[in-house]
Amino acid sequence: MISVKTTVNGEERSADVEDRTLLVSYLREHLRLTGTHIGCDTSQCGACVVHVNGKAVKSCTMLAAQAEGCNITTVEGLADGDTLHPVQAAFREYHGLQCGFCTPGMIMSAVDLIRRIPDLDEPTIRQELEGNLCRCTGYQNIVKAIKSAAEQMAS
Amino acid sequence: MISKPNFTGIGAPIQRKEDKRFITGQGQYTDDIARPGQVYAAFVRSPVAHARIKEIDASAALELEGVLAVLTGAQLKEDGIAGLICGWTVQSKDGSDMIAGEHPALAVDKVRYVGDHVAVVIGTTNHIARQGAELVGVDYEELDPVVDLESVRGANPVHEEAANNVCFEWELGEKEPTDDAFGKADHVTKLDITNNRLIPNAMEPRAAIGEYNQAEDHYTLYTTSQNPHVARLVISAFVGLAPEHKLRVIAPDVGGGFGSKIFIYAEEVVCLWAAKKVGKPVKWTGERSEAFLADAHGRDHISSAELALDKDGKFLGLRVKTIANLGAYLSTFASAVPTYLYGTLLSGQYQIPAIYVEVDGVYTNTAPVDAYRGAGRPEATYLLERIVEKAARELSIDPADLRKRNFIDQFPYQTPVIMNYDVGDYHASLEEGLERIGYSDFETRKAQSEAAGKKRGIGFSTYIEACGIAPSAAVGSLGAGVGLWESAEVRVNPTGNVEVLTGCHSHGQGHETTFAQLVSHRFGIPIESVEIVHGDTDKVQFGMGTYGSRSGAVGMSAITVACDKVITKGKKIAAHLMEVPADSVDFEDGLFLGKDSNKSLAFGEIALAAYTAHGFPTDEIEPGLKESCFYDPSNFTFPAGCHICEVEIDPETGELDIAAFVAVDDFGTVINPMIVEGQVHGGLVQGIGQAILEGCTYDKESGQLVTGSFMDYTMPRADDVPSFDVGMTVTECPSNPVGMKGCGEAGAIGATPAVINAIINALGVDSIEMPATPERIWRAANGL
Amino acid sequence: MYEFNYKKAGSLDEAKALLAGADDGKLLSGGQTLLPTMKQRLAMPSDLIDIGSLAELKGIAVSGDVLSIGAGEKHADVASSSEIRSALPALADLAGMIGDPHVRHMGTLGGSISNNDPAADYPAACVGLDATIHTTDRSLSAEEFFVGMFETALSETEIVVGVDFKVPQKAAYMKFPNPASRYAIVGVMVAQYASGPRVAVTGAGPSVFRQMEMEQALASDFSPGSIEAIRQSPESLNSDLHASADYRAHLVGVMAKRAVEKAS
Repeated sequence: MISVKTTVNGEERSADVEDRTLLVSYLREHLRLTGTHIGCDTSQCGACVVHVNGKAVKSCTMLAAQAEGCNITTVEGLADGDTLHPVQAAFREYHGLQCGFCTPGMIMSAVDLIRRIPDLDEPTIRQELEGNLCRCTGYQNIVKAIKSAAEQMAS
Repeated sequence: MISKPNFTGIGAPIQRKEDKRFITGQGQYTDDIARPGQVYAAFVRSPVAHARIKEIDASAALELEGVLAVLTGAQLKEDGIAGLICGWTVQSKDGSDMIAGEHPALAVDKVRYVGDHVAVVIGTTNHIARQGAELVGVDYEELDPVVDLESVRGANPVHEEAANNVCFEWELGEKEPTDDAFGKADHVTKLDITNNRLIPNAMEPRAAIGEYNQAEDHYTLYTTSQNPHVARLVISAFVGLAPEHKLRVIAPDVGGGFGSKIFIYAEEVVCLWAAKKVGKPVKWTGERSEAFLADAHGRDHISSAELALDKDGKFLGLRVKTIANLGAYLSTFASAVPTYLYGTLLSGQYQIPAIYVEVDGVYTNTAPVDAYRGAGRPEATYLLERIVEKAARELSIDPADLRKRNFIDQFPYQTPVIMNYDVGDYHASLEEGLERIGYSDFETRKAQSEAAGKKRGIGFSTYIEACGIAPSAAVGSLGAGVGLWESAEVRVNPTGNVEVLTGCHSHGQGHETTFAQLVSHRFGIPIESVEIVHGDTDKVQFGMGTYGSRSGAVGMSAITVACDKVITKGKKIAAHLMEVPADSVDFEDGLFLGKDSNKSLAFGEIALAAYTAHGFPTDEIEPGLKESCFYDPSNFTFPAGCHICEVEIDPETGELDIAAFVAVDDFGTVINPMIVEGQVHGGLVQGIGQAILEGCTYDKESGQLVTGSFMDYTMPRADDVPSFDVGMTVTECPSNPVGMKGCGEAGAIGATPAVINAIINALGVDSIEMPATPERIWRAANGL
Repeated sequence: MYEFNYKKAGSLDEAKALLAGADDGKLLSGGQTLLPTMKQRLAMPSDLIDIGSLAELKGIAVSGDVLSIGAGEKHADVASSSEIRSALPALADLAGMIGDPHVRHMGTLGGSISNNDPAADYPAACVGLDATIHTTDRSLSAEEFFVGMFETALSETEIVVGVDFKVPQKAAYMKFPNPASRYAIVGVMVAQYASGPRVAVTGAGPSVFRQMEMEQALASDFSPGSIEAIRQSPESLNSDLHASADYRAHLVGVMAKRAVEKAS
């Protein structure tokens, strides 16, 4: 067992976990932040994407221990009180979600993508979503939502 | 009404009510639920495709600290828990019932596919349960598995009851008139075709929590289900785990289903049973690998088809012989999919005077096969649209023109395969499709592609499907074990807001929004005043769930009728309050109006009056305002449309680019066009996925699943597909009060043949197998 | 995942000592291959020694015709480094094609080459760009380093510290990805040096290899046309559900030609 201290969504958190605990389990089971999802076991679907020190990572492919001392943002920490993050708002406005399961990972990936490449066109967005699977939307409205959010955030 | 600002009623593309919880991480999926004291289940799954179980040795697992129990099929049997069932009895040509092999929740003496459930280990943590599962020793006596569809007869029987591995030999249509049509034909087009097997892969893996309250002798099941009431019915009436009133089934937020979460699975039964055994809530969350192995798969047909035409290209007859893979066990609706959801759609949008189809449903040592988005209809559409396009090629008739020559244009139209189409306008959707894709300029684009060393092709699919299943009497006569009506209860609260309880289940479809739009429209009240309740057998009395694009046509019809009953009662109350005759009150835009007076009362005022009930003539008007409906439709609905795909192929590598894709669909009345378009997009990508990316492969010798993870099973990604041009034409459905036909599956039904026809057109070949991977395209393009 | 002990190394020396002291220790750098393998219960190391944050493994520097990259540098940082973009854009391009954005935020150069997945991209860069691989114990050429499928010359306790890539006159990497996993079905790095061209192929065979026939042809004429007629033999190439050996052999030719085109 090890004690893992992190800052999650601005709050200092700590939990005693087994060494083998993945970051996603630390968040979901120990901190009960269940917005981060697990959709596969081969590190491909991206439902578990969170930000660690400002960068999008797959929380199913990182040990909680590796996140010791890190600043973590999950989908629960994105909105500012009742004010949605522009990416969250755009997903709703453009119907970028259906069942909602891939959505937290999609949104966290999109926020990271806009940070890295503010000026986004459709082919770039599609390519950059390589690490996120969605089975419902056919991606079209996700792409629209990200493009719109990027434009809004740039202005 | 649509022109009104802030309009939220029928036809308004409003944002979804349910989204806020999903975009902020507040959704509640089954795996997000933690019950006090819960322990964890891990399944011991068969590593071999076909074997007798000689011995199960649980001793090492039981020694592991934290393992609470190792439970097997023998114990399940001892406890009197019966196996899973198939709810649809199909009859063979000779009138005999299909042969349903036994389907225990945990294998008793035999395993029948890789991933089959052998035993369950209950541990205090997930890690311990899984480790325990690895420690269970199973002695298998291996048998040769049956994998190849073409050689099931004479192979080892999967079930002793079905010696030839044949579950049923079904037929539909009339053989002799069809043979006669071929006798008179000027041209016969023949096609051998495979409909590749798919793995549904909803993004949320299946999960279940079973809970048992000893004091009340009451069970609760939290599960990833598209139809919690049917799950309760099957687990009670057939599995015999608990009577219905002692079992509550909750399907909370569910992360997509596409059919795969309709069925009642072993894990659900086992978690409930184990919860009583160990006296603690038992949770199982499937890993993706388990989903690949043991979720019901889709499609998997091989067929030979023949189309008879006269010299003018008019269709005279269609003959089809199909072998459908049912997998190792009959899943909940497995038998209906390759029969009544397949053969009945083989007339497509065309006048085909004679059709005869034979389907052999066979067992193999592979995962069970059942409904996957479209369920039978994609298989029918793929076969028909491929053979029509092939006929056009053989006769040198423009494929759009050949379709037009044969379109049904008089309604109602009785096909030779049961269905009676009520309404449609197939020319309209094709014409709009041709316009949108720019068909007249295709040759120019093709020349441009060729100049760049690429090959360009265009492919069509003018599909029809049958949704809104359906009239209970009709499905009953065809073998369904259940009625397929839908229920609704509309509860108006004293303060004028409304709760609507529906037997449908939303797992991405947006019912919380569209159902509320309907009610808000009907009652003239703000959409914020309407709440939709679903997915809990303790709240909703009964319902048949969501699949087959039925929730609009059937579920919303039930709500409409219940709303109308509320209005009827409201009018009575209004008449009493206004002191006018009951038949002299109208209801419009949220107001009850005295026809011959200037009196009016708002919906909210009537709601309050219904509950205060002061001075009611209680022999005429009961207090309260709540109505319900069990709605049974008069017919199936027939969404139809035209999908056109244009592809550009790099012959040097076989890479394919979907250069353009147009979908023009007729879904009847549309409640929320934004949501409907979203359904189309998602369906199209699943249809395109089948055509070029997805294919489940088992090793033919060993029965091992080769495509067992996302590393090998190609899921469509954002950069695999284009943005789609989606259009709609509308003929309102006359068979239900909303005029809706259903939109959930059309994309997956129509897209596949359009893509393959486009590839065939580009390459100038006769056929290509699905998925049309780069290597297959490269080989076809280069004659290899 | 099976149980293991997590140990965070404070220095390379400590990491070596921890490795030596463990029953079956494994290094954890970015973890993007190791952790998925362990999740599938396909590996059960006794100890994971985290070297992910060692400063000794960081650094990107160009000196003369050598580009040095620390083993701990992440793919995303290599892909976006302005120094690499200007000195060796083909390498930045290659790093930007590994995995997906999230994987690139974690995965490292050292981790990738130490694993030597036959379908990984970096081995093609190392061999194609005539790299020298520095370990805690020695320096060796890329060709000495990559031994076979998932096999390198590294000893049990040896750790990759950094890689020196030789800056070419021109170079390009072309990749044909597996449609499902997005690993390379075939990836070809082509580079032109004063000493002659190099063509390194990943994905196609059990381990990265040089296509000597193409190198010879390109030596006399560095143009796509000069290798057009060269046929890679399918013999001993990989064959799977997604691509037969024949198809892979064909793609080696196409990707090489396109890489030359891009580099020219």
